[in-house]
Parts: sequence; structure tokens; C-alpha cells
Amino acid sequence: MALASSPDGSDLSRAIRKRPLSRPGESLIMLSLVLCAAVSIATTFAIVYVLFADAIGFFQEISFWHFFNPGNEWQTLFNPRSFGVWELVLGTVNVTLWSMLIALPLGLAAAVYLSEYAHVQTRRFLKPLLELLAGVPTVVYANFALTFISDDVLLPLFGDSVSFFNSLSASIMLGVMILPIIASVSEDAMASVPRDLREAAYGLGATRLEVAFRVVFPAAISGIMAAILLAIARVIGETMIVAVAAGSTPTLSLSPLESIQTMTGYMLQVALGDAARGTTDYTSLFAVGALLFLMTFVLNVAAQIIVRRFREAYE
Amino acid sequence: MAVAGTTPDSVTLRAEGGVARRQAWSRASRYILLVATLLGLVVLVILGIDNAIVGIPSLDWDFLSNYPSRFAERAGIRSSILGSVWVLVFTVIFAIPVAVGAAVWMEEFAPQNGILTTVRLNIANLAGVPSIIYGILGLAVFVRLMELGPSILAGALTLALMILPMTVITSVEAINQVPPSIREGSLALGATRWQTVWNHVLPGAMPGIMTGTILAVARAAGETAALIMIGAFTFIAFDPSLSFHGLLDSFTTLPIQVYNWTIRPQPEFRANAAAGIIVLMIAVIGLNALALVVRDRLRRN
Repeated sequence: MALASSPDGSDLSRAIRKRPLSRPGESLIMLSLVLCAAVSIATTFAIVYVLFADAIGFFQEISFWHFFNPGNEWQTLFNPRSFGVWELVLGTVNVTLWSMLIALPLGLAAAVYLSEYAHVQTRRFLKPLLELLAGVPTVVYANFALTFISDDVLLPLFGDSVSFFNSLSASIMLGVMILPIIASVSEDAMASVPRDLREAAYGLGATRLEVAFRVVFPAAISGIMAAILLAIARVIGETMIVAVAAGSTPTLSLSPLESIQTMTGYMLQVALGDAARGTTDYTSLFAVGALLFLMTFVLNVAAQIIVRRFREAYE
Repeated sequence: MAVAGTTPDSVTLRAEGGVARRQAWSRASRYILLVATLLGLVVLVILGIDNAIVGIPSLDWDFLSNYPSRFAERAGIRSSILGSVWVLVFTVIFAIPVAVGAAVWMEEFAPQNGILTTVRLNIANLAGVPSIIYGILGLAVFVRLMELGPSILAGALTLALMILPMTVITSVEAINQVPPSIREGSLALGATRWQTVWNHVLPGAMPGIMTGTILAVARAAGETAALIMIGAFTFIAFDPSLSFHGLLDSFTTLPIQVYNWTIRPQPEFRANAAAGIIVLMIAVIGLNALALVVRDRLRRN
């Protein structure tokens, strides 16, 4: 028979895949499985359609140039209203910058420690604990950023030069939130660096520190880049922390001590108010949402491409 | 060969000069890196202690069983706990069959061609879409287009779409880990491919699927932004009714209630927020721990 004449594993599985579905009703099951997989495709189409259909409505009223002109403010509360999105984008850049400045050194240190220094048992114990940081509901971080970090730490520390709502308190908690993403993706990359490289370096008299930072770190750099991109995507999409703690004043400032507003912060503000359907307030939600979606999409795709490339390098 | 003219009296293995310095740095780096690793956890511990100090005095039976109120000392989380449970139950009912179905199709039946690659890439990208975007999707499709309003049904459907990608990914991994020999044995005995999947592959993948499901529920349990987007930021002082019609009731959840108390200007609500956070954290950490236990126990069996 066909199966017996092809002992090779891949031929066997190919032959099995071609086997007819013999029992009645199984084609119905198959159809429902295909539909399940189709749900994910439909979701993507729905997201794109929903965002861009209403965003087009927005751009019929507000010109593209007005939206992207860095000279325009984002001022939607009273007339004359102005929709210059750069103030919101810069708010997002502001918290991204400061949270990465906090999370990057700590996350990479954690990755190096877990991959190059820690005993197996220590790693088994520390890793789930560290990953818990990404599982904490963000509204909990938001509350802590406002009531503790801002009120009890930053206000006594900086006095009048820091506003009650400030980007730094949000950035600190965003940094804590993305620590495990940076640590765990980078650690995976470092763990897949071949042993030979380490042993060669030790053989030449390198210390553990030198092996970690001059051999393993550069060899894992593409995985680390992917970790950074994923973390940035997570930060720019996060809503509650920035909406609660960073303020609601759109501004072009990158200062950590000022009150700012991010793209997500603005979106939540619109949702909390009652913008009637079809108004510019309502459609601006979709225009900002579409921009946010594009930004996270580009970051995620870039991270995937980098990860795929780096996997091939050592296999 | 000895160096001309000198004979060392003793040979020492201790490094000197630059080498000693490099070794000292290397020894010290272990502790510096460990401190950096623990710093994030220290923040979490301070967060826990701060909320415990502020919140525990308000955490009593009245707090758990009262409806929200504009008086801080009378306000409670009854409707938000019931709302959270009700929404999460339906989130799981909607998401898990679809996620497992999609994963089974991808791993067991899909033709190995561009369609499968497209589905895979699509799911990886959906996993990175911010939750607030799922909220916009829910607002436009479930609340407005299907006219469900800001209801339990709309909330559960929105959260189900949000956790779908991560549940598919963990289910795919779990199915992938079932050894091919089990499939081949079943097929060799004459089972159809679906019988093989149902009787052998899915039971084998169950620990992984359940772990992934529990972690996804933990994520949905803490979600705030997506539910506020669909309009769930409301004052609810009634229990959700346990009928089909009750699915169309409006609702609130624990994270939304915590958010509500956090942004209130009156300081007396701070204790309520902290007490709500304690309950929420116990639930989320409990779910994470449960996921680890389920994985270990079922793997051993």
C-alpha cells in the first residue's frame, strides 16, 4: 500500500493528511474549524474597516495637512478648535522615552543575570515572579502612579517644579510593566547563543562579566532589538496608566515633570465624555485610533521580522 | 625557562594588576545585576504594602456586599464583582471554543500553504493590538452596529476577541507538544483524523490549553480600557439577572470600579480604591498561581 512504500516520516504525514474524512458529519466539524480560524482574519478586517471608515469621515472635515502639521495644537474643548495630532504623538513619545530609559537598563540587566549568572533553581523561581509584573492589571499601576509615586515620592522630591499629573510617574509604572517583556524576550535570545562562543571566550581568559557583555550580548543583539520594539508597542498602546497619572494637557514637551496627554489618554477621555455619533469629537477618536493602530502594527511586524531572522542565524 | 637572574620563592595562582581588577569587577557584577533584577519586584512589594496599609481597614463584609455609593464609607464592590464574574464567564464561553477550534485547524488540518502562513502572521499581529483598539471595535460593532448597548454581552464579546490571539497561540503550542506517535497510533488503528484529534490530541493538549485559558482570564479580569471604550463606565446598583435577557443589562467590573475611585478628587475614596485593588490583586495572583499548579499537576498525570 501507499503507506508501506513510503517509510519516510514526512511522506507518511502527507499521506495521512490526504486520507478522506470517512465518518458522516465530520465535514461539518471541519467547516466549523475553518470558521474558527476565519474569526481571526475577520477581526483584523473589522478593526481596519471600523477605524478607517470613521477616520475618513474625520478627514473630510479636518484636512490631512491640518492633522499632521506640527504647528497646530490639539485643542478640542472650545472654539476655535484645532486638531494637530503631533501634541498627542509627542505625549506618547514622551512616556515611551522615559519608560524605556527606566526599563531598558533594568530589563537587560535582568536578562543577563537570568541567562548568564543565575543558578537553574534561582531562574525557575525568579522568572515567574518577574513575569507577574506584566500580569498586574494596569489600573492598579495607574492608581499607584498617582497616589504613591506622584504624591508621596515625586512631589516631595521635586517640589513646585513637578505638576501633580506628570509624565514621570506614569513612565515609572510603564517601565515596571514592560520590564518582563524586555527581560524575557532578551533572555530567550541570550539563551540561544551557542555554548561554543562562551567557552571559546572563557578559554581565552575572559571573565564572566566580559563573556556576558562582550560575547553573549552582541550575539543576541537582534533578539534584544525585537524585545525593545515589542516593549515600545506595549507602552504606546497602554491606556490606563497614562490616562490616570500623566494628565490631560496635550503639549509638545518631552519633559518628564510636566502634565501631558498621550494618544490613548485622549481616546479614553473621549470615551468617558459623551461625544455624539458623527461629531468631530467622535470621529477624531477613530483618526487617532487608526494612527495608533498603524504605529503598533509597524512595531510588531518589525519585531517579528527581526526575530525570524535571528532564529535562522543559529539554526 | 626562568627569567634571567630571578628565581621566584613561591608560585602563587592569585592574579595581579589588570587581571585582578577584571576579576573583581566580574565578581561584583553578579550582585549589581541581581539588585537590578530585583528592583522591579521591590516596586511591586511597595505597591502591595502601600495598598494593604491604606485598604485593609475598609476591607470588610460590608465592602464586599454593598453597592457603590457616593458616600465612601458605604460604598462597596458587590455589583462590580458580580459584573466581573458574569462578563468573564461569557468571555470564556465565547473565546475558548473558537480559539481551540482555530488552533486544531492550524495544527491538524490546514493545508501547508500561504493561507496557513497568513492566518499565523495575522494572529501574531492581533496579539500585539492595544486593548483600547479592541474597545473601539466593540463599540462600533457590538454596541452600535448590533445594537447590544454597553451590555454584558457586548463586554464579553469584546474581551473574547481581545484574548482570542493569546489563547490561540498557547493552544497551538499545547497541540504541538503532543507527540506525533500518538496520532500515528490512533490513525493506524483505523480512527478518522477527527476521532484522533478528539480522543487523543485534545486530551494530551489539555494541560497547556487550560493553563493558557486561565492566564487569558487573568488578563481579561484586569482589563479596563476596552470596557470603558464600549461605555461600561456607569453607576450600577443592581445584581445582573441570571436570565438570557440579563445579558443585555449594563454592568460594571472591579477594575472599572477601582478606576472610578482612583480619579475621584475626594481623598476618602482612596481607601476604597486600595481595598478594591487588594481584592483584584488576590484574584489575579490567584489565577496566575492556579495556572502554574494546573500545568504541573496535569503534566505529571
